Amino acid sequence: MRPKTFRGGIHPQYGKEMTCHLGIETLPAPEQVVLPMAQHAGAPAEPLVKAGDTVDLGQKIGEAKGFVSVPVHASISGKVLSVGPVSLPNGNVSVAVTIENDGEDRVFPELKAPGDYRQLTPERLRELMREAGLAGMGGASFPTHVKYNPPEGKRIDTVVLNGAECEPFLTCDHRLMVEDAEKVVTGLKALMRAGGAEKGIIAVEVNKADAIKALEKAIAGDPQLSVAPLATKYPQGEEKMIIRAALGRIVPSGGLPIDVGVVVNNVATAAAFADYLATGMPLISRVVTVTGRGVKQPKNLLVRLGTPIQKLLEACGGFAEEPGKVIVGGPMTGPAVYHLDFPVVKGTSGILVQSRAEVAGGESMACIRCGRCVKVCPYSLLPNFLAEFAEQGNLDQAEAYGIMDCRECGCCTFVCPSRRPLMQLIRNAKGKILARRRKSG
Amino acid sequence: MNSPIIISIFVLSGIGILSGVILVIASKIFMVQTEPRAEEIEGLLPGANCGGCGYPGCKGLAEAIVAGNAPVTACPATKDYSAIAQVMGVTVEPVTVRKVAKLRCLGGKEETTNRFVYQGVLDCDAAQAMAGGFKGCTYGCLGLGSCAKACPFGAITMTVNGLPQVDEGLCTACGVCVNTCPRSLFALLPEGDPVTVLCQSQAKGPEVRKVCKVGCIGCGICVKNCPVSAITLNDNLAVIDPQLCTACGVCIEKCPMKTIRGTVSPARTIEATGA
Repeated sequence: MRPKTFRGGIHPQYGKEMTCHLGIETLPAPEQVVLPMAQHAGAPAEPLVKAGDTVDLGQKIGEAKGFVSVPVHASISGKVLSVGPVSLPNGNVSVAVTIENDGEDRVFPELKAPGDYRQLTPERLRELMREAGLAGMGGASFPTHVKYNPPEGKRIDTVVLNGAECEPFLTCDHRLMVEDAEKVVTGLKALMRAGGAEKGIIAVEVNKADAIKALEKAIAGDPQLSVAPLATKYPQGEEKMIIRAALGRIVPSGGLPIDVGVVVNNVATAAAFADYLATGMPLISRVVTVTGRGVKQPKNLLVRLGTPIQKLLEACGGFAEEPGKVIVGGPMTGPAVYHLDFPVVKGTSGILVQSRAEVAGGESMACIRCGRCVKVCPYSLLPNFLAEFAEQGNLDQAEAYGIMDCRECGCCTFVCPSRRPLMQLIRNAKGKILARRRKSG
Repeated sequence: MNSPIIISIFVLSGIGILSGVILVIASKIFMVQTEPRAEEIEGLLPGANCGGCGYPGCKGLAEAIVAGNAPVTACPATKDYSAIAQVMGVTVEPVTVRKVAKLRCLGGKEETTNRFVYQGVLDCDAAQAMAGGFKGCTYGCLGLGSCAKACPFGAITMTVNGLPQVDEGLCTACGVCVNTCPRSLFALLPEGDPVTVLCQSQAKGPEVRKVCKVGCIGCGICVKNCPVSAITLNDNLAVIDPQLCTACGVCIEKCPMKTIRGTVSPARTIEATGA
């Protein structure tokens, strides 16, 4: 049977062979962590500690502010050095708590395991999601509990776990599924109970055969659960694409997965939830793939949140040569960073070091009307026209052509033979349209 | 006589005459009553359709003026309103101070540092969205020329040093650049180079010094030395109150970063310094 997929998309060079066979190594806790209060989408958390305080491992140091927000927890025990603004790779400035490690890893005494999910009510599970500090670990970092509190009149019938990992180079989810398949499945069952869903699907691209095998074994014939093998294609792991491929449902334009009764979570989010239920330890660490041709020894590392990316690179032997670009996340959507002190946050899935030769750019030229961007756009948009409208500042026309349906996967820019920065132009125009909407109320 | 050429001449002339008659009748029947004054005012407006007035183009404003929805002085780009006022049968005070757009930043490529190499779309908005801008200073001019592109009168050009230069003769103070700049560096100030602090940085002194040679470091020397107390320090940035400023030029002389610039009024220098 041909694996399921969607229309459009691209086949970039995957580069996963560099790390997909390497087991997850635990990186020792660093001397110092920087924990931004805005590690998730939505309102930043409010710091609960001040400089000079002593904090324990897993202690809540930032309280969620508002509904679309999650708390932040200390990822080491030690002394708070400062509470002040730091800049994040995406350009935002967030208040962050800097903690100096005392090397004891003293667990916060008030933490206790919530226990078996089957004994807990769905309401309680949804509260626990928030208490665990869960925010989508695929990259967008959307607070998980918000997805499980659907608006009036909408129901969740299926939870899809996203194990597609379509971003080239990244293998953190892959390794997690191979090594901790049980945990992923337990997390999925807990999420299904929280949302009242009767079906759970783990969607994995077929290039991860060992992960599919491990998950099928962990499911152990549960009739409610299944593993959906999907075609290896970018952006297979994008929310709307994965729903289309795994379930055949189409999320309407401008709609959310909940409109078709689905919630999509990353496999790492599910595993973190299972962890929290079993141990009471909130989200304080995650698996990060450090890879690329510019790094000496690519690895999959389990690191504490707040660890500077410099430490991760050191653990991998440092740069193999003068780096061209250091990207946080995958090569298709991750932003390049300009210094190595940025901390690992909840949504940091990888650190990719590209060599100078790999990032050699080119001059952007005029559109030659080849239509390749139209062919690959998974959302059936017309990136050529959208970019042109964006360039002209013709926001009304861009909106009429459905610019807001663009999810910035970057396929159009990837295939453009004229090297036009299509996605970047579109993103710019989207920002302007959103700003205009906010202005007019 | 039966030559096809003759026939076709008659047929075509016939069609032409017939269409002409229909068009004349149609223009009489479907005539739209236009306010003659609106057309007249539209002719007096600059015709650049810059949108600075907030109406859809010059025609839109002309209609609004005639309808009484907009004052005769609504067009920010017109220099002399007397002609429009005459059409409307009112009188206006002649404009005494003409305003022009001015960039409140001196940090071009030579004076400032960059945090990283930017390779994205050459547009200030896009650059600002990429990690808050590539420039060391998060308040200063990005120099990608979005204002120059946006200016409907072609009054802004980019210098070699990467700063926009306003041609005061062409500038009509329509305000498009003020709204375009993602860092809000343009302001509409009176023509003739008034004494102004040409910096918008609210960063602390040492941070400014690290990234810019000509930024305001908030040292307060100008505040202390101003003979008429026209300068105040807000958020590490000196601000001159134009109402109080006498253009004596003391601050220009004292500023250690040479951030304050402007034309000094000679008479007032003597008056203020008591020399």
